[in-house]
Amino acid sequence: MRTIVCIKQVPETNEVKIDSENNSLIREKSNMAINPVDMYALEEAIQLSRVSGGSSTAMSMGIPEVSELLRNAIGLGIDEAVLLSDIAFAGADTLATAYALSMGIKKLGDYDLIICGRNSADGDTGQVGPSLAEKLGIPHITCVNRIIETESDYIRCSRLSENGYEIVEMSLPGLITVVKGINEPRLPSLARMMKARKADIPILTARDIDADIKLCGFTGSPTKVVSTHIPLKETNIEMFTGSEEEQAQLLIERLNRLL
Amino acid sequence: MARISISNEKCIRCKVCIAACAYNMIAFSNQELGINDGCTFCGSCISACKYGAITITGEEGRRQTENVARYSGVLVFGEYTDGKFSGAVQEILGEARKIADKLGVQVSAAVLGNRMTDPAGELIAGGADKVYLVDHPLLEKFNDDVYTDVITQIVNTYMPEIFIIASTIHGSSLAARVASRLGTGLTADCTGLEVDMERRLLRQTRPTFGGNLMATIICPGARPQMCTVKPRVMQKLPPDYSRAGEIIIPRVDIKESSRLRIIERIVSGGMDYNLEEAEIIVSVGRGLQNPNNLNMIREFANVLGASIGASRALVDMGWLEYSHQVGQTGKTVRPRIYFACGISGAIQHLAGMLSSEFIVAINKDPDAPIFKAANVGIVGDLTSIIPTLTTELKRLLKK
Repeated sequence: MRTIVCIKQVPETNEVKIDSENNSLIREKSNMAINPVDMYALEEAIQLSRVSGGSSTAMSMGIPEVSELLRNAIGLGIDEAVLLSDIAFAGADTLATAYALSMGIKKLGDYDLIICGRNSADGDTGQVGPSLAEKLGIPHITCVNRIIETESDYIRCSRLSENGYEIVEMSLPGLITVVKGINEPRLPSLARMMKARKADIPILTARDIDADIKLCGFTGSPTKVVSTHIPLKETNIEMFTGSEEEQAQLLIERLNRLL
Repeated sequence: MARISISNEKCIRCKVCIAACAYNMIAFSNQELGINDGCTFCGSCISACKYGAITITGEEGRRQTENVARYSGVLVFGEYTDGKFSGAVQEILGEARKIADKLGVQVSAAVLGNRMTDPAGELIAGGADKVYLVDHPLLEKFNDDVYTDVITQIVNTYMPEIFIIASTIHGSSLAARVASRLGTGLTADCTGLEVDMERRLLRQTRPTFGGNLMATIICPGARPQMCTVKPRVMQKLPPDYSRAGEIIIPRVDIKESSRLRIIERIVSGGMDYNLEEAEIIVSVGRGLQNPNNLNMIREFANVLGASIGASRALVDMGWLEYSHQVGQTGKTVRPRIYFACGISGAIQHLAGMLSSEFIVAINKDPDAPIFKAANVGIVGDLTSIIPTLTTELKRLLKK
């Protein structure tokens, strides 16, 4: 089974603070990292290729520096990696991203399963997975929390729903998006890191993948961001005092008024 | 190709844009600001710059739908499962009604299912003028393939200018696939919709960066302008069963999917699972100290009729399942009342619950950031406060 994992580079947002004076974001440390839930997608691909044989490929779209994150994916146990990088891809919304990824994947040749993280920590739309499946003309299942069974031509998964889960079977090739908790991502091993350091990570441009640049990046994006602002939240907290019983009663009184 | 540039004449070197860039792509060197290649054109710097020094230029609107002007009306997806509508359908109908009235157009709703009992009545009472009703055995269970086929046909036939879908798990999955097939724009998880009357455009506002930033997005050249809307954000209308509406049975081609088979739907955990639609949530964090203390949380939640949420720390320790996790890597919730018990309030957690109507914080540490986000707070050990609250509540309920 050949799996392809699509991963995204996101800012490590742990250090986000808001400057209350001019109402802007302060980022003290803005290292880039692999999108957290994509780590589960990578792990799932590694496990699948161990169990069923075959190979795994990681793909990303971004600036040349993203190669380093792909190298980390190889360090975890992914067999090979490829980066789509071209100024023509810059400013892509989810549709233009899905288009570019689909062209890159077509260039890689045959595959059985594509795995994406459910959503990214920055844009957080959760749209690229299904949109990519559509561009490739393959079926998809979102929010997979367990792969129950894989055969050469189908996969059986459990997918989350609002009030439980669903068991869904999908013909392959297909695409799944996975949620956190589907597995326990491993740590890189020293031997693999050595291998990763030497790995050749091809960088493909729009021309290399035969992409129509009118459908890529900012130009190929139907949606445009017109403005951004930082949400304001008033902080008029009321702190209760007194014994625990008194505080409990005060709280219940407040809630009673509310309900 | 698109370009982003900073005008040296207009720029006063205040460097506000550097702080505004989430991707660290603006650099200051030789007394000039420059933007690096990794720019994602998110527009944050443009909004932050008070001097209009930053501009994006490019061939806007390659994604031009032909006959944009022929698209008219607001369409809503009436998600229908197990004999009833998803809770958010009436909310997005209410919002669609507001938008349609401003634009002077009609609201329609598409509902797909098998052997539905008068779904149109509820949709019309909730604000729809027209209901596209497709009742077919193959539509019994939500199937991304089959539903995408049917919905795309409805959109192509009736050509709405705006298409709104609730961002449930099924709704989000369907919307992304449909937008991709139609080649149009889709804005995820909107919390605000407005109409730009001059350009007849939908201004779609959504949280991004874990709720730290709100972005307003438009889709100028492609139709329909599609968006998913978070449940529990928009206001539903009081149902008016005297409203008149039209039921249309669209002629659609329904193919059985040979690619996706829904084997089983399992409803489990009751309210605990349905956090996104819960009215009251009791969330617990590390302050719980011991997994056995979950029993007191369950009892408290039970008395309140609340669902149980959790911080990431608690889920990572394996005390509660991932489906309970609230926050950036978990669920985003907007209950009427949110109890944060023993949760310190890391920004990633706040991102998932900050929009709750009323937040109660209970924490041992008076300096915990959760108190900055809460409406009311109690400083103390939750393992003694929660049982007291449960007792007091029970006493009140007896009265």
